[in-house]
Amino acid sequence: MRSHEGGFAPNPWCSGLGDLLSLAPEPEFQPLSPQTVPQPATASSTQAAFPRAWRVEVYRRPELDDPEGARAAGALRELGLAQARDIRLGRGYLLSPELDAAVVAGIASDLLVDPVLESARITPPTQAPTPSSAAHRVLVMRRPGVMDPVAATVERAIQRSGLSGAGGAPVRALCFSVWELQGSWTRAELELAAAKTLANDVIDEVRIDDERLHFQLPGAGATRALERIALRDANDATLEHISRAGHLSLTLLEMQAIRAHFADLGRDPTSAELETLAQTWSEHCKHKTFAGVIDYDGERIENLLKQTIKAATLELALPWCVSVFHDNAGVVEFDAGWHVAIKVETHNHPSAIDPYGGAGTGVGGVIRDILGVGLGAKPIANTDAFFVGPLDLPVASVPKGCMHPRRILRGVVAGVRDYGNRMGIPTVNGGVWVDPRYVGNPLVFCGTVGLLPADCASKAVHPGDVIVVVGGRTGRDGIHGATFSSAELHDESVVVSSSAVQIGNAITEKRVLDALLRARDAQLYRGVTDCGAGGLSSAVGEMGAECGAEVHLERVPLKYPGLSAAEIWISEAQERMVLAVPPEKLERLLQLFAEEDCEASAIGHFTSTGKLTLHFGAECVGELDMHFLHEGTPKWLRKATRPVVVHDDPACPPCADATAVLLRLLSSPNIASKEWIIRQYDHEVQGLGVVKPLCGVRDDGPSDAAVLQPLPDSRRGIALSCGANPRYGLLDPWAMASAAIDEALRNVVAVGGDPERTAILDNFAWGNCARPEQLGTLVEAARACYATAKAYRTPFVSGKDSLNNEFRSVDEVIAIPPTLLVTALARVDDVGCALTMDLKSAGNPVYLVGLTHAELGGSHFFAEQRIEGGRVPRPDLALAPRALRALHAAVVAGCVRACHDLSEGGLAVAAAECAFAGGLGLELDLARVPCGPLGAHHEPDSVRLFSESCTRFLVEVERARASDFEAKFSGLDLACVGTVASHERLVVRSSSGRVCIDVELDALRAAHRGGFQG
Amino acid sequence: MTSALVLRTAGTNCEVETALALERSGARTQTLHLQRLIAEPARLFDASILVLPGGFSYGDDIAAGRVLGHELRHFLGEALATYVARGGFVLGVCNGFQALVDTGLLEGPASGGAQRQIALSANESGHYECRWVTLRNEPSRCPWLEPGLLWPVPVAHGEGRIVFKDSSALERFRAAGQIALRYVRADGRPAAYPGVPNGSTEAIAGVCDPTGRVLGLMPHPERNQSPFHHPRWTRMGPRQEGEGLAFYRRMVEVAGRATR
Repeated sequence: MRSHEGGFAPNPWCSGLGDLLSLAPEPEFQPLSPQTVPQPATASSTQAAFPRAWRVEVYRRPELDDPEGARAAGALRELGLAQARDIRLGRGYLLSPELDAAVVAGIASDLLVDPVLESARITPPTQAPTPSSAAHRVLVMRRPGVMDPVAATVERAIQRSGLSGAGGAPVRALCFSVWELQGSWTRAELELAAAKTLANDVIDEVRIDDERLHFQLPGAGATRALERIALRDANDATLEHISRAGHLSLTLLEMQAIRAHFADLGRDPTSAELETLAQTWSEHCKHKTFAGVIDYDGERIENLLKQTIKAATLELALPWCVSVFHDNAGVVEFDAGWHVAIKVETHNHPSAIDPYGGAGTGVGGVIRDILGVGLGAKPIANTDAFFVGPLDLPVASVPKGCMHPRRILRGVVAGVRDYGNRMGIPTVNGGVWVDPRYVGNPLVFCGTVGLLPADCASKAVHPGDVIVVVGGRTGRDGIHGATFSSAELHDESVVVSSSAVQIGNAITEKRVLDALLRARDAQLYRGVTDCGAGGLSSAVGEMGAECGAEVHLERVPLKYPGLSAAEIWISEAQERMVLAVPPEKLERLLQLFAEEDCEASAIGHFTSTGKLTLHFGAECVGELDMHFLHEGTPKWLRKATRPVVVHDDPACPPCADATAVLLRLLSSPNIASKEWIIRQYDHEVQGLGVVKPLCGVRDDGPSDAAVLQPLPDSRRGIALSCGANPRYGLLDPWAMASAAIDEALRNVVAVGGDPERTAILDNFAWGNCARPEQLGTLVEAARACYATAKAYRTPFVSGKDSLNNEFRSVDEVIAIPPTLLVTALARVDDVGCALTMDLKSAGNPVYLVGLTHAELGGSHFFAEQRIEGGRVPRPDLALAPRALRALHAAVVAGCVRACHDLSEGGLAVAAAECAFAGGLGLELDLARVPCGPLGAHHEPDSVRLFSESCTRFLVEVERARASDFEAKFSGLDLACVGTVASHERLVVRSSSGRVCIDVELDALRAAHRGGFQG
Repeated sequence: MTSALVLRTAGTNCEVETALALERSGARTQTLHLQRLIAEPARLFDASILVLPGGFSYGDDIAAGRVLGHELRHFLGEALATYVARGGFVLGVCNGFQALVDTGLLEGPASGGAQRQIALSANESGHYECRWVTLRNEPSRCPWLEPGLLWPVPVAHGEGRIVFKDSSALERFRAAGQIALRYVRADGRPAAYPGVPNGSTEAIAGVCDPTGRVLGLMPHPERNQSPFHHPRWTRMGPRQEGEGLAFYRRMVEVAGRATR
C-alpha cells in the first residue's frame, strides 16, 4: 500500500455539510479590542480581563544567563531589530482557581521550579500579575484545543503525587511563555518580533503588554442528531458545491458515483458516510493520478504506478523482498530470523504553515507506519530530507503568506529533533536542498527503518476480533488532513487552516511503542495499523476491508467533550494505532497497556457482514458497503504531454581561479556542512551506529551513508542513504530520476553496502498534475525509475507521491521543480568492512572510478557561473551496475581504505572533502581522469573538476593492494589519478601539468563550514 | 553474581544498550518499569546496582528529568535513601543523572530536595548537542573510577551544564571528593566548547554522592561498548571493545565485591 501524508487539517470543517459545529471556543471573557480596554483597568473590568486561574511564572535567577532568551534575541537582530539584546524567557502555568494558596506554592516549589536555577512569581486568580522590571512582556499561549503536552504532564504529575490536596478535583493546567524584553520597542516592532520569531500565529495566541490569558477548553459543540446530506436530489452544481464547501476534495465524477450508489440504496448518505468516502478516496490515500488512466500524447497508460515502479519490483522477483507495496512499509530480509522495514513519507503542507509541528508530526507519522507494518517493527533509524527556499533570501522578497526559508528550516530541524530524540530513534541520514521554487512550498521527507522478527511480517483480521484503539486521545485536531494535502497552498492557507494544526506528543507515541512491542511478543493481537490521514475511518476501513467492521464511536476516548460522531471518526489526532485483538486476549492486552501507562480502548469488533457500521450511542450513524468504499472510486483520466527536454549544450567555460570556485562551491548551501543540524539530532541512541553522519579526524567529513549494526551479536549491518537533484528535474526529468537512483546507490556502496542486496524507495513531489505538461514530466520520471531499477536490479519496496506542490499568491503560481527523493537501504555483510570517506594514510594511491562526461546541466558549477541549460548527467545503465559491483567486490576484499562518491560539485568537491576529513593532503592529476568525448567547445579541465557525471567514486586504495583493486575493474573505467600526501594541502594539476588548485586544508574546512549554520 | 536493576518509564530510551553493557560486564540485569517498582519497592533491595538510563522521561516536560525526579521523591524517596544507606550503588546516565540530581541523593542523606546544591541547566549553546568528547576520571570518592584515565564517549543532551548553588557548594563537593569526571581534550589538557559540550562549571561531567556509590554523569558510556562505536574506528587498528564497556565492568566488579 502506498499510504498517505500523515495528517493535517486546514479548516473548520463542514460549512457545506450543515451547521455541524462551530470551532470558535466559548470565551470565558469577551475579548475587547485594544482601544476599548481601559488601562489600567478598573477593579471590575480587571476581573473580567485576567484569567480566572492561578498564574505561576518561572524565571531563571537573574545572575544566570538565559540561553533561550539569547537565541531569540539573535533571531530578532537578524530581522533588523537591533534593540533585541536583553530578552528573558519565563515559563508560565495557569492552574485551577479552586486551589489553596499554600497548595499552589507547594506545586511550584515541588514540581515547577528548580531550587538552584529558578524562582517563581505567583499570582492569584483574576489578579494583575506581579509587576515585572521588563520594559515589555510578550505572552504566547497555545490556542484553545491545540495540543499542549507539557500541560498534560503537569496535570498528571500533580494528580499522581496528590499535590492538589486530599480529595481535590483533578487540577487543570495550561502553559504559556512570557518573553520579557528590555529596551525601547514600538508596538509594531513587538508585533513583528512576535509574528516572525516568538510565536506562530497558526497555533499560538499572542498578547503584547496585555495580561488577559485564556483558561479554557475548546467550545463544546452540541452533540447533534443524525444528519443526512440530501445527495439524491442534488444536481451537478449542488454536488460540486457540497464537495467544495465541505472540503471533501471529491470531483464531480466521484460525487456522481456516490449519488448513484445511494440512489440505488434508496436513501441519502449521512455526514459520517460521506466523510468516510472523501477520506478513503482522497488523492493521497488512493493515488488517483499515479494509478489513474493517463492519455500521454495519445498513448493510453492504464496505471503508471503499476507499469513502472511496481513492474520493476515484480519483474525482478527478488526472493529477499518479503512484503512490498501492500503493507504500511516495505519489508526485506536482513539476517537469520530478522527482517528490516522501511518507509519514507512527506509532510509538506503542514510544514509550510507550522514547520515545527508539521515536521514533528511527520516524523511521528512515519514511525507509526513502521510500528504498524506486519505485526509491528521496532524503529531503529530515522532519515530526513528537506527542500527549502534560498536561506539568504531578503526578507522583503518572501512572498505574502510564507515564512522565511531560514525560519522554515530551523523549525523543521527542531521538529525532527524534538520528536526523533524523544522517541529514542537515531536520526542518522538526511539532506538539505535549496532552490528558489521551494519558497512557498517546502518539502519535508521523513523516513524510518524498523527491525522485526521474521515471523511477524504479516497480519490478519478475523471476524469477531475486537477493535482496540491505543495511544493518544481523539480531539478536533487534524480534520481534513488528507484533503488539505491534496490541495495547493495559497497565501491565505495560513488563515484558513489556523484552527486545526496538530502538535505531536512524542512521549505518548513512545508509550505506544513500548507497549505495542511487548504485546506483539506476547502475541496478544492479530493485526495492527496506524491512524494517519483519515484517522479511524481509514484505519478501521482498511483493516476491515475484507470482512466488515462495527464501531461504537462513543467508546473512543476524547481529549474534551462535544465532538460529533463524524468528527471522532475522521479526526487525525496523533499517536493512535488500531489493533485487531482476539476476544480471549483482550483482557491481557488491556492490562499490559495499563502497565505501560498507555491508554487502550475497545471500540467495536470486526464482522463478516462486508459492511462498515458506525454507531454513536443508540443511533446508527452510518452503514457503508466495504466493496463500494474501497473499489467504487471512478478512475481518473488525465492528459499528459511529453515534456520538452532541454538539448542545448552551452560551453563549459574555463575557470581562471579554480581554487576560488571550489571554495565558493564548498560553502554553497547544498554542499556546505550540515553539522549544525546533525549535532542537534541524537544520532547515537540505541548504540547501533558504525558509520556516523560525520567522520574523519575532526568529525567534519560528510559521510556518504550511515551504517548501523542492528543486532548486537551479529556483524551484519544496514547502510542507509538518499539521492536527489532537483536542479536536474526541469531540464530532463528522465535523467533526473535515473541520476537520483544512481546517487542513492553510490552512497550505500561507498560505505560497504552490497548492491545486490539494496532496496530503494521512491518519493515523488511534483507540482499540479492536472496540468498536462506537469504530468508529462511525472510519466518520464516514473519510466526512468523502471528502466534504472531494472538495470541495477534494485527493487522499489515502498514509495509515496505528493502531487500538488504549488504555491499560489495574488499574482503568481510557483510550482516546485519535479523532485524525486530516492532512499536506499542496503545490507552490509560485515560491519567490520564498512568504510568512511576520510583519507587514511599518506602514500596510498587514489583512484577515480567511472567516466567523466561534459554533463554540467543543473550542476553546481553552472549555477555558480550562472549558466542555464546543459546536458544533465545520466548513468550508463549498461556499465553502471557493473561498476558498483566491482567496487563492492574490492571493498569486501579489503583493498579500499576510503571511498567517496562524486556528486554535487564533482571531483573537486569530493577531493576536498576526502582530504580535509582525513587531515591529509591529496595530489591529483587531471590528465589522468578518464573522460568520454568532451566536445570541442568545453574546457576539458573545468569538466573534469566540476562535471557531475554519475557512477563515479574517489577511492583510496591500500598501496600493497593496488593491483588486486585494479583487477576487479576489468573492462570498466578506472584510473589512478593521484596520491595521498603527508602535507595538508589539496594540489591539483591541470591536463597541461600546471597547478590549477593549491589550497590549505584549513581553508577548505573554513569554506565548508561557511554556509548557513542555523 | 552481581545483579543490576535498570529502571525505565515513559520516555526512557537507552535501557536496551544500558542493560546490554551491564550484562556484558557480568551483571545479572533486569529492566523494570517504574510503576512496578513503585508497586513493589522491595525489589530494589534484590539488586546491587540501580541504573537510571538515558532518555526523555515524560518528554522532559517542565525541565529535563524533573517529573521522573518528582516521582522518585514522592513514591520511592525513603526506599532509595535506605537502599543507598545499606550500601547499594546507583548510576544515573544523562536523563537518569538529571532525575538523580532532582532527587537530592547526590548531596547526600543530610539534605532533601530543598537543600539542593547542584542543578543541570540548559546548555550554554542553547541547544541539544550530540558529539563525542574525552573524559578524565578525577580523584574522587567513586570507587570504580581509576583516577587519571582518559576515555572517549559520546554526549547527547540539551540540559547538561552543571551549576552549583554558590561557590561554597562547589567547594563542599570538591572537598568531599564528589567531583568524579571532567571533560578534557583528547590529550588531557583543559577543554573548551565543543570539548565541553554544555558550558559546565569547571568542565565537570559527573559527580558522586559523599559515599561515592551514587554517580551521575551526562555522557553515555554504553554508547561506546562495541569495537565499531568510536567515530574514528576506521582509522584505528583492530579493537576488542569500546572504552565505555570498561566503565561498566569496573562498576559491576566493585559493586559485586562491596555488596557480597
